[in-house]
Amino acid sequence: MYAFEYQKPKSLADAAARAANEDAKILAGGMTLIPTLKQRLARPSELIDLGGIAELKGIRKEGNDVVIGAMTRHADVAASDLVRSTIPALADLAGMIGDPAVRHRGTIGGSIANADPAADYPAAVVGLGATVITNQRQIPGDDFFTGLFETALEPGEIITAVRFPPAQKAAYMKFRNPASRYAIVGVFVAQTAGGVRVAVTGAGPSVFRQKEMEAALSKSFSPDVIKDVKQSPDGLNSDIHASAEYRAHLVGVMARRAVEKCG
Amino acid sequence: MSETGIGARVTRKEDFRFVTGRGTYTDDINRPNQLWMWLLRSPHAHARLKKIDTTAAAKMPGVHAIFTHDDLARDNVGGLPCGWLIHSKDGSPMVEPPHPVLAAGVVRHVGDPIAAVIAETRAQAREAAEAIEVDYEVLPAVVDTREAIKDGAPQIWPEAKNNTCFDWHLGDKDAVDKAFAKAAHVTKLDLVNNRLVPNAMEPRAAIGEYDVATGEHTLWTTSQNPHVIRLLMGAFVLHIPEHKLRVVAPDVGGGFGSKIYHYAEEALVTWAAAKVKRPVKWTADRSESFMSDAQGRDHHTHAELALDKDGKFLGLRVSTLANLGAYLSTFSTSIPTYLYGTLLAGTYTTPAIYVETRAVFTNTVPVDAYRGAGRPEASYLLERIVDLAADELGIDPAELRRRNFIPKDAYPYQTPVALQYDSGDYFTTLDMALKAADYANFEARRKEAASRGKYRGIGMATYIEACGIAPSAVAGALGARAGLYEMAEVRVHPTGSVTLFTGCHSHGQGHETTFAQLVADRLGIPIDQVEVVHGDTGKIPFGMGTYGSRSLPVGGSAIVKALDKVVAKGKKIAAHLLEAAEADIEFKDGKFQVAGTDRAKTFGEIALTAYVPHKYPIEELEPGLDETAFYDPKNFTYPAGAHVVEVEIDPDTGVVELKGVWAADDFGRIINPMIVEGQVHGGLAQGIGQALLEHCVYDDSGQLLTGSFNDYAMPRADDLPSFHLGTNATLCTHNPLGVKGCGEAGAIGSPGAVMNAIVDALSPLGVKHIDMPASPRRIWETIQAHRPRMAAE
Ligand SMILES: Cc1cc2nc3c(=O)[nH]c(=O)nc-3n(C[C@H](O)[C@H](O)[C@H](O)COP(=O)(O)OP(=O)(O)OC[C@H]3O[C@@H](n4cnc5c(N)ncnc54)[C@H](O)[C@@H]3O)c2cc1C
Repeated sequence: MYAFEYQKPKSLADAAARAANEDAKILAGGMTLIPTLKQRLARPSELIDLGGIAELKGIRKEGNDVVIGAMTRHADVAASDLVRSTIPALADLAGMIGDPAVRHRGTIGGSIANADPAADYPAAVVGLGATVITNQRQIPGDDFFTGLFETALEPGEIITAVRFPPAQKAAYMKFRNPASRYAIVGVFVAQTAGGVRVAVTGAGPSVFRQKEMEAALSKSFSPDVIKDVKQSPDGLNSDIHASAEYRAHLVGVMARRAVEKCG
Repeated sequence: MSETGIGARVTRKEDFRFVTGRGTYTDDINRPNQLWMWLLRSPHAHARLKKIDTTAAAKMPGVHAIFTHDDLARDNVGGLPCGWLIHSKDGSPMVEPPHPVLAAGVVRHVGDPIAAVIAETRAQAREAAEAIEVDYEVLPAVVDTREAIKDGAPQIWPEAKNNTCFDWHLGDKDAVDKAFAKAAHVTKLDLVNNRLVPNAMEPRAAIGEYDVATGEHTLWTTSQNPHVIRLLMGAFVLHIPEHKLRVVAPDVGGGFGSKIYHYAEEALVTWAAAKVKRPVKWTADRSESFMSDAQGRDHHTHAELALDKDGKFLGLRVSTLANLGAYLSTFSTSIPTYLYGTLLAGTYTTPAIYVETRAVFTNTVPVDAYRGAGRPEASYLLERIVDLAADELGIDPAELRRRNFIPKDAYPYQTPVALQYDSGDYFTTLDMALKAADYANFEARRKEAASRGKYRGIGMATYIEACGIAPSAVAGALGARAGLYEMAEVRVHPTGSVTLFTGCHSHGQGHETTFAQLVADRLGIPIDQVEVVHGDTGKIPFGMGTYGSRSLPVGGSAIVKALDKVVAKGKKIAAHLLEAAEADIEFKDGKFQVAGTDRAKTFGEIALTAYVPHKYPIEELEPGLDETAFYDPKNFTYPAGAHVVEVEIDPDTGVVELKGVWAADDFGRIINPMIVEGQVHGGLAQGIGQALLEHCVYDDSGQLLTGSFNDYAMPRADDLPSFHLGTNATLCTHNPLGVKGCGEAGAIGSPGAVMNAIVDALSPLGVKHIDMPASPRRIWETIQAHRPRMAAE
C-alpha cells in the first residue's frame, strides 16, 4: 500500500466536495479497494470513507419500491425482512455474494460502482429495472453499466442509493467460479410491471439483457420456451475457468433454472 | 488403556494456544531494533539482467541497504544446495546448476528474487524495491515439460541439454518386455498429475539476528526441520559453524512439504542481519507464496499394464516427464524418482516393473515434495490404469484388484522396485470401504440418478506409501546427502515431571499431544507432567524434522528408545534404594517394584533420588535422569488402505457432487485416533482438492495465471461431504511401536478414487479417462465431446 490521507466525512456534501479531487478515492466496504491498494494497483492521495454518513445506510420502502442506501452491507440486505417480503430474489442474491466476512463489509454502492463483470448485484439492478441514485442525478439501471469495470458515474459522483421496483416474480441463479466464487454466470429473471427481464452477469464484459429470452418468456413464462434460445458465445468472457462457449451454455441453464425457481 | 495413554482420544494440548490466538508464529516475533526486508522479484519468466541500478532506491526514506548477487558473491555466499543426487540411466550424475540466493545475471521464473532491500519498515523496503531500475532483456520461456525437451526449446541452463536434469530409471526392462510379449491384454494410459500450490495457511517468514558480542547468528523461520536448515545454510551457503548458528522454527502454520526446503530468504535475513548489525525480518505476502514456495506434482506420464487372460498383472511400464521448475529445490530430485518409482508395485503382485523418469527444467517455480510427494503420483497412475484395465476386460474393478493384491501371508514382500513391505492386508481395508459405501447396491443408485438426468458413479482406489523416512543407509545408497534418523531426549526433572525434546517438528500434526501420550503411557505419569519441546536447535540436540509421515515411526521410536534408557537407569536406582537385584525390578504403572513383593518406589521418588543422590550407587551410576536416543529405522513403513468415492454429475453444468467418501486405512498401531482422523480429514481435503479444484497454471510466457485465490481454487468446507473413516491395523514389524504413519494417506488415496468415480459416472457416454482437476468446465467439455451429435444439438 502506498501512503494516503484518510478522511471520514460526516455529510454527503463534505464527501462530495472531497471526491471532487481527482486523486481522491471513495472507500465503502473496502473489499475491492483495499486489496487493490495492497497490490499497489492504485495510488490515491486520499481515501474518503463513506462509513460516517448516516443517510447512506439502511433499507426503506418508498411507495412500492425498496430503496437501499449505498452503504448497506450485503449481509443486511440478505437478512432484511423488508427485502425478503418485497423482492425475495434480491435478498437471495445478496446472500450468495462471497463469504460471511465479505458480506458483512461489502456494500451495494461499492459493488455496483466497481462494476466487476462477475459481480452479482448488477444482475439485480438491470434485472429489476432499478434506478441508481447519486448525489447528482438518477440513472436508470439499464444505462448504468457501460462496460468492463465501467459505469455511467462521472468522476467524483457518489452513489447514494439504489431504488428497486418490486417484481411479480423474480429469481437469481448463480454459477460460481470454483476459486473466487464470483459469478461465472449469473442470471436474474424477473416479471416486472415493465415486462419480463433477463439480466446476465459474469458471462460478458458487463451485465447485459438477454432480449431473445425476454421475448420468449413474455409470451409464456416457462422454462421450456427458452430451451431453444441459443446464447451466442461471441464477445463473452473466456478464461481458465470457463470458455465463452461454456459460459454461453450456462446462460441458458441458469436462465431456465431461474425461471423454474420463479415458480 | 488409560485415559491419556496409547490409543486414547486425548484432546490436543496445543489447541488452547492456537484457538485462542496465543500461538507464536514467526511473524508474531519482533526483535528490538529490527529492520525489514523486501525482495524485488522478477516479473518475467526468463530474462537477462543487463543492469540493476539501485542508486535512486538507496536514497529512499528508511533504506539501510540494498543487496544484489554481487554483494553476496563478494562475501562468498554459496548457492542453495540440493540434497539428493540422482544418476541417469547411463550412470552420469544429474545436471546440477547453481541455485543462487539472488539471481546471478539471469532470472528463470516469475518471482525469482533479484535484490533485497533492507529498510526501517516493510512499506519503505517495498517502496524502495519498486524504485530499483532493472534493465531486462526478456528471453523466450518454456513452462511445459513436453515442450521443454524439444530441440530448439528455450534453454534454461546451458549445461542441461534439452532442459533435462536427468533421465533416470528403475526396474528390470527386459523382464518387463518379456511380460508384455506374453500378455493377453495391454492397457495403455496417458495422464497428467496436475501441478499444485501448497498454500500453507501461514505464509513463510524469517528473521535473522546477529549478536556482535558473541558472534552468534539466530534465524527464526517457518520450517519443518530447523536442524536441516542449520546444516544446509551453515555448511553450504553462509559458512557459519553450527555452534554459532541457532535456528528456531516456532509455531508453524502448516507446511505440507513446502517448508522443508532451505529457501533464499532464510539465508538473506541471516546474512543481512550480520551485515547491517540489526535484526532483519521478512514475511511473505500471499502473492509471494504463490511464486516462491516450492510447488507440487506436475507429471506427464505414459503407462502400460500387461495382463494375462485372467486379469493377473504381468508387467508395468511407466514413462514420466517430471517438472522440476527452474532450480533444484532441496529434495526435488528424489520426489519423481525414489519416492515415486519405488511405489509402482502399489498393493499388487506385479512381477515386473520398469519406470523411467525424465526430469525437466522449466521457467516455473521449483517443484518439490508436497503432501505425499511422489507417492500420490504413483498411486493415482496405478489406480487409474487398473480401473481402465478392469473396464477393458469387463471385470469388476474390486475383483480385479483382489486378484492382484499381495496375499496376506506373503510378508515380508519384496517388490520388483526395491521396497520390501513388512506387513499389510489390502483385502480387509478394501472390503471395509466397499461395505461401508454399500458398493453392492450401487447400480440401483446409478439408475435412480439417471431418472433425474444425473450421472452417478462410484470409484475406488487402494494405495500404499513408503513412510517413516528413512533408513539412512538405504537413502544414502540411493543418493540422499543426509541421514534420516531421528532424535529424542527425555529430561526427567527432580520432581518427576518430564520435558521431551524431539527433533521432529509439529506444524499441525499434534506432536505435543501424541508424543506426550507416549511418555505418559510409558512412565505412568499424568500427561500434564509432560512438556514437548521442538523446533529450536538451541534446545534440541539434533533432528531431521517432520515430513514423509516420519514423526511417529521414526521420531516416536527415538522417544521409545530414550524412555527405555530412562527406565533402565531408574531400575538401577530403584534396585539400590530397595536393596534388591536390578534384574528383580519391574517397572509398571509408574512404579519400580521388586518382583513378587509389595516393595516399590514411585517414578517421582526415583527421579528425586537421581537428582538428590544421598542414597545412591554413586560409584557405578551418574546422578541425573536425562536420556538421549537416536533411532535410525530399519525399513520404511507401509501405511496402506482403500478409498471409495461416490459422485453425481450434473450434465447441464458439469458440476461434480461428492455423495460420499469412505476411507479404510491401515496405519499400524494408533496412538491417538482423534488426531489420526484429523490428519486423514486434512489429507482427503487436499486429495479431493487436487482431483476437483486445484490447478497451478502458467501461460506460455511463464506468467502465473493462478497467482491468487481468485483463480487458484482451494477446497473449502462446503466443497466436502462428511467423511466416513475406518481403520484396520497390521502392525509395523520393525519399529517398537508398530506404527506406520498417517500424515499423507488421505492425499494419496483420494485423487484416484475421485477420478475413478467420475470416469465411472461418465462411462455410459464412453468416457475412458479425464485429467485432474475435474473442474465443471472440463467435465462439461468432456460430456460435449462424447455426446452423440443428435443429443448435443
Ligand atoms: C473474497 C471476496 C469475495 C467476493 N465475492 C463476491 C461475489 O461472489 N459476488 C460479488 O458480487 N461480489 C463479490 N465480492 C465483492 C464484494 O462483495 C464487494 O461488493 C465489492 O468488493 C465492492 O464493495 P465495497 O463496498 O467493498 O467497495 P469498495 O471496495 O470500498 O469500493 C469499490 C469501488 O467502488 C467505489 N465506490 C464505493 N462506494 C461508492 C459510492 N457510494 N459511490 C461511488 N463510488 C463508490 C470505490 O471508490 C472503489 O472504486 C467479493 C469480494 C471479496 C474480497
